[in-house]
Amino acid sequence: MHHLLPLLVAVPLLGAALLVATGRRLPRVFAEITGFVVAGGTAALALLLLLNSTPPMVEWVGGWLPVGGESVGILVVGDGPALGMATLASLLTVAALAYSWRYFDQPPTGHTGTFTALMLVFQGAMCGFAIAGDLFNAFVFFELMSVVAYALTGYRIDEAKAVQGALTFGVVNSLGAYALLMGIALLYARTGELAMTKIGRGLDATAHGGPDALVLASFVLVLTGLLVKAAAVPFHFWLPDAHAVAPTPVCMLLSGVMVELGAYGVWRVYGTVFAGPGGIPAADLTRALVTLGALTAATGAVMCWYQRHIKRLLAYSTVAHTGLFLVGLGILSPEGDDGTAVYIIGHAGVKAALFACAGALLDRFGSVDEHALHGRARQLRATAVMFAVGSLGLAGLPPFGTALGKAVAEEAVGGPLTVVYVAASAITAGAVLRLTARVFLGLGPRPQDAEYETSGSDEEPETSGLLSRIPDTMTTVPAVLLAAALAVGAVPGFGDLVGRSVNEAGSGGAHASVHWTAHGVLLGVASTVLAVALAALAVTRPRWVAAPAWAAPLRRLQSGHVGDYVAWLLVGVTVLGALALPGVLGS
Amino acid sequence: MHVLPYLVAAYVFLTGCYGLATSRNLIHAVGCLAVCQSATYVLLLAVGYRDGATAPVFSDIRPGSRPVVDPVVQALTLTDVVVGATVTALLLALVLQVAKRHGTVDPDALRELRG
Repeated sequence: MHHLLPLLVAVPLLGAALLVATGRRLPRVFAEITGFVVAGGTAALALLLLLNSTPPMVEWVGGWLPVGGESVGILVVGDGPALGMATLASLLTVAALAYSWRYFDQPPTGHTGTFTALMLVFQGAMCGFAIAGDLFNAFVFFELMSVVAYALTGYRIDEAKAVQGALTFGVVNSLGAYALLMGIALLYARTGELAMTKIGRGLDATAHGGPDALVLASFVLVLTGLLVKAAAVPFHFWLPDAHAVAPTPVCMLLSGVMVELGAYGVWRVYGTVFAGPGGIPAADLTRALVTLGALTAATGAVMCWYQRHIKRLLAYSTVAHTGLFLVGLGILSPEGDDGTAVYIIGHAGVKAALFACAGALLDRFGSVDEHALHGRARQLRATAVMFAVGSLGLAGLPPFGTALGKAVAEEAVGGPLTVVYVAASAITAGAVLRLTARVFLGLGPRPQDAEYETSGSDEEPETSGLLSRIPDTMTTVPAVLLAAALAVGAVPGFGDLVGRSVNEAGSGGAHASVHWTAHGVLLGVASTVLAVALAALAVTRPRWVAAPAWAAPLRRLQSGHVGDYVAWLLVGVTVLGALALPGVLGS
Repeated sequence: MHVLPYLVAAYVFLTGCYGLATSRNLIHAVGCLAVCQSATYVLLLAVGYRDGATAPVFSDIRPGSRPVVDPVVQALTLTDVVVGATVTALLLALVLQVAKRHGTVDPDALRELRG
């Protein structure tokens, strides 16, 4: 079975190559069916491997087996979390391809299948990053995933905003990737190894009583790369700019799984490389991740609340949620890992569905602006219902998968951090509910325009011209995604299954059970009630929840200027170093 | 231990970052990003360096007759160069489109996405 692992990368790449080679002569339908079959086949393969991932599989690609414990071969690892992320990425790719069926009606230069081919490369790169067992290949797939994502973000090259967002995305993420590579080079210099488990053992063997400056530097550099991808504050600035302008099916993948892959990378790299006695002490990782995670959740939630551009609003909600994921992973407990894993799966379904609904608005009205669309979308009943259901899922209303994951993570973090979970999910869900009430029901007065903001008016639809009605694919796909997010929490035993496979790969085999508790259900209901209350206040008493003066500087930080974002990245590196420093000084 | 190459790598990386942060021209910014990447080449090659060693090519020397530098980091650098070429090409193409759509390549003049 383990020989099939490299196919998760090879099949989508070959499919993309086929489409590029034959694209000029293919009728469009054929190109899309090919993409669908390849993506679906890879998803089925990932699922098959996932069901057989106990015990974890290891494959040396091309039969370059280690000789005498030394190897320069490429290692891929197929354990529960790796194959779980690959399956999630593949299934979402299938959903995004189904959503974009006959979507971009004019592919560039008469070359059909360009978009589909790029999506397949994206899928292959995400699968490759998930299953990479050595750090350098993780970097290569990280870069491949990033480069395809830049191209997909700027896919509509005639759009002024799209190319600007893609360029910012490209510069910031590439800089993060180079930091990651420098960290990998330092680790190789110390241990002479590239396979993650062997680097971990090498660090422990060469440690003389604890980590030193080189280990700290490599830790900070590697984490910088991964946190840029995960959009943690202050590395997050690229995300809203890219997500607001990317085509909707691409947003579904970026928000649903690519950003989460950054958090997954942090979990994987810390667990296998830095967790030993020669690595970074657990207390330092917890301090770094919980601080940055809580800050990310707060920033994402506040900025989400003040957006009028619907896709940008959803993008900030992703920022807030990745903050919660980082907090859950940062406490380094089996319960935190399990809760976060379930949360990520549920969030992927809900967020992709919400983006899909936002895309329906864009293609029907040529606008994703909450103010301009005020009361205009009354006839889109199905989309309205899905927006409302999605926002409840975002708030964590039981029995959504998001609610189960959030409840388990909340119980694991305990204390004041529970408040962060409840508040961040309630505020982001409240913002989505508010726009649902305004756009689909026309409730409340039309809000005032602010001085410093991105409006969502005058957007080009992604189909050829405005749609007179929403095609079935654009309502079916979000409905299926929402149903899946609901099933993650509602199907008995699914959460426990996820928890079991996560614990088998990490946390030293300690198993925590994932199930509903009265406490968790109450907190889920509480954040839903809070979200509804916030939305009701915003619609009926807009002045009470209008932007206070202290939020204005926070908005000004999001300047859209690539130089500012790079400066913030350097600040982030310094902060990360300072947060991880005490363990090195103490050893 | 030679510290100098490591200092050079750090210096090159930070110089590139400074250029990116203060850039007034997006083409210049993409160039600065390439400078940052050059720091990774310097670092990788410095890691594999050995005193008195030659290139790890065995067409004209007998294996084991004299020390060679680490070929792994050279392979990594080569991969890195390929990655860098792709990124630079794509970003320059995007800059071209920014110039066409916005009529400027000054990042200070791009005011579409903010808040």
